[in-house]
Amino acid sequence: MITEIGHFTLILAFVLALAQAVIGFGFWRSGEGPARFVQQSAILQFLLVGLSFAALTHAFVVSDFSVRLVFEHSNSIQPMLYKVTSVWGNHEGSMLLFILILVLFGAGVAAFSSSLPRDLSTLVLSSQGLMVAAFSAFVLFTSNPFWRLDPAPRDGTELNPVLQDIGLAIHPPLLYLGYVGFSICFSFAIAALISGRIDAAWARWVRPWTLASWAFLTLGISMGSYWAYYELGWGGWWFWDPVENASFMPWLAGTALLHSAIVMEKRNALKVWTVFLAIITFSLSLLGTFLVRSGILTSVHSFASDPTRGTVILAMLVVLIGGAFTLFAMRASSLRQGGLFAPVSREGALILNNLFLATATAGVLIGTLYPLVLESLTGARITVGAPFFDLTFGALMVPLLLLIPFGPFLAWKRSDLVGVVQRLTGAIIAALIISLIVFAFLGFPVSMAPIGLAIGIWVMVGAVAELIDRAAFRKVGFGEGMKRFRGLPRSVYSTAIAHFGVGVSVIGIVCATAYETEIVTAMQPGQTIDLAGYEITYEGEQVVQGPNYTADQGQFTVVSPRGGVREMTSERRVYLVSRMPTTEAGINTYGFTQVYIQFGERMGETGRVVRLWHKPYVVLIWLGTIFMAGAGFLSLTDRRMRIGAPRRAKAKAKEVAT
Amino acid sequence: MIGLLRGLLIAVLLVLPSAAPMALSPDELLDDPLLETRARAISANLRCMVCQNQSIDDSDAELARDLRLLVRERLATGDSDTEVIDYVVARYGEFVLLRPVMALHTIVLWGAAPVILLIGLIFVVIGARRRSGRPKPEGPKLTREEQKALDQLMNE
Repeated sequence: MITEIGHFTLILAFVLALAQAVIGFGFWRSGEGPARFVQQSAILQFLLVGLSFAALTHAFVVSDFSVRLVFEHSNSIQPMLYKVTSVWGNHEGSMLLFILILVLFGAGVAAFSSSLPRDLSTLVLSSQGLMVAAFSAFVLFTSNPFWRLDPAPRDGTELNPVLQDIGLAIHPPLLYLGYVGFSICFSFAIAALISGRIDAAWARWVRPWTLASWAFLTLGISMGSYWAYYELGWGGWWFWDPVENASFMPWLAGTALLHSAIVMEKRNALKVWTVFLAIITFSLSLLGTFLVRSGILTSVHSFASDPTRGTVILAMLVVLIGGAFTLFAMRASSLRQGGLFAPVSREGALILNNLFLATATAGVLIGTLYPLVLESLTGARITVGAPFFDLTFGALMVPLLLLIPFGPFLAWKRSDLVGVVQRLTGAIIAALIISLIVFAFLGFPVSMAPIGLAIGIWVMVGAVAELIDRAAFRKVGFGEGMKRFRGLPRSVYSTAIAHFGVGVSVIGIVCATAYETEIVTAMQPGQTIDLAGYEITYEGEQVVQGPNYTADQGQFTVVSPRGGVREMTSERRVYLVSRMPTTEAGINTYGFTQVYIQFGERMGETGRVVRLWHKPYVVLIWLGTIFMAGAGFLSLTDRRMRIGAPRRAKAKAKEVAT
Repeated sequence: MIGLLRGLLIAVLLVLPSAAPMALSPDELLDDPLLETRARAISANLRCMVCQNQSIDDSDAELARDLRLLVRERLATGDSDTEVIDYVVARYGEFVLLRPVMALHTIVLWGAAPVILLIGLIFVVIGARRRSGRPKPEGPKLTREEQKALDQLMNE
């Protein structure tokens, strides 16, 4: 019964969303009535879809195996956490989660719409309504999670054991918050194009949504990367496979959008480009969904490679993205450009940032789709894998990273490069000295890695230098400088923290890639091996019973170079219902460094194949992304974000020089 | 979702006969560490044909194991890195290369990013020229209510 209520409320939400789109787009100029309707409809939809999602969750929690989805993806002996996460650990449920977040954000816009011009908020909500209608129709007609089974089976199959992990509770919701959040930016772009109303205030309204979505997407991708790292069992953290690229492209475009929206907000320039980016970012999110769901990519990692679903999503994609770009082509020329600036200026730096990020996005897109297109055109089959992306993407990132510290030092409108370099002299010297110390410590290995390290250090030092420069310690003395330092706007801090985080990640990537130690060997119980200074002893194995699996658990003792002794276990599990084997890597963290052990197959009577890695500073990769996302959230709390209209230069001038 | 889907990738791989997510075994390794390093470098660029976008080092499939052994065999007989790769490509086709060759049919792939960057740069330069030579356009007009709201905010 509860399941049917959930099914019914989803149908209601679909009908309501359709009405919202039709009435909103049809009558956005007609005053109070339609505006009120779309607002109330948006909030009501959230309640309806919320009920629907709760009903599905209920079915999983009570293990109602008469619901087909529950039967296929859950089991009565699964721990409760995995019963709940099973809700979205499958195609149908994950699409429902997607819609839930879509309506959540729609309701958010409706709730805060009093600070928006009426026509703009109505158009934004109409566009959101159209998307809710499209996706709920997709779920209802092609991927319905509420179908029953008759007769009901006695017990379910099982959630894929690899997904039985806390990662499933965190990673997809975060990623969807990011993906779907960009739908709001997309809708704002559509509204701007239809109403012809686009100015600095528009950018100010879009910016919090961009920031929040970007921060969530950053966390989502990073979490997914860490999950893959520990779950996959061999310590890779990024693979450039199509599914990852699908989430990385919106992130790159979103990062560009984040920066171009600043130019638009502050200087009323780059309007057409910002609107374009807002459309492209969400389009790439949708494209990612399509690529994954349709199974069109030579990809076994889709939930379901169902051609019907693929075709329907493709049709939706063509209508939504095609429609948006048609609108863009028709209306973009009517958007007025404002805000003059010299090439050497903050605006100029942000344009360069956008140029590199947009090129990187296009590069990843082309690399991902090229094998597909080539095969359909010529029949030739090629692979575009990690080595290609490492090379092309890396080449684009090097100049971008080198330029990062300059950006915040440049003044708006017109700046003086010599002056900026002078102010950065301290940072340049500091970065060089730190790099030299690090190189000396590493013994000047002959490879590209030191260059990468130096770049990371430069980005980090540059970020700190910006804060120090703004506090003007040298000019006003230490005491007054500290006061200024603390008084800097949060948006300034968040810029510095985010850029600092980029540097942290770069260092993590370089260290973990270049200085990793790997040993693949067979070990007997009692045998000790030296891994980059860590003494690792294989103590033996025992059989362990989990709630729904049995495991061969290898036990290790690790003596770190400093003498600390720690236990470590690494497992090979077999899940009871699906009989599926998985591995649980053993990971010990020492500062930012990790020792990673994979317990392998049997070798002889008592031996085991053991694969061990020493991954220096690998944790920095994810720590950097936490800096970035944290900076995004910090920036959201900046006073400017809570005010609906941009302040004039006069008001700004009172602050420390921007 | 990446991890999620990756999970399924692993799941599918694990259904295959052998059950280790990484299958490079101690018995496959060459005794000469220099040769082994070369073998690993070559392997990183060779795709496991029956899996998706995984290098043969990361795959547990039979075919990947055969390829790993083949690479080491050729290296042991004194082939250069290029000769080994050429040999594998001759047997399995270009599909096996994770880093595509630079040739006529991949010109768009390899050329895309540099060309886009170049075109972008040209646009940026033209835009900068135009901006500096043009009179300042008027800002967008605010409605009366908006102006009022703005003034209010400014006076806060």
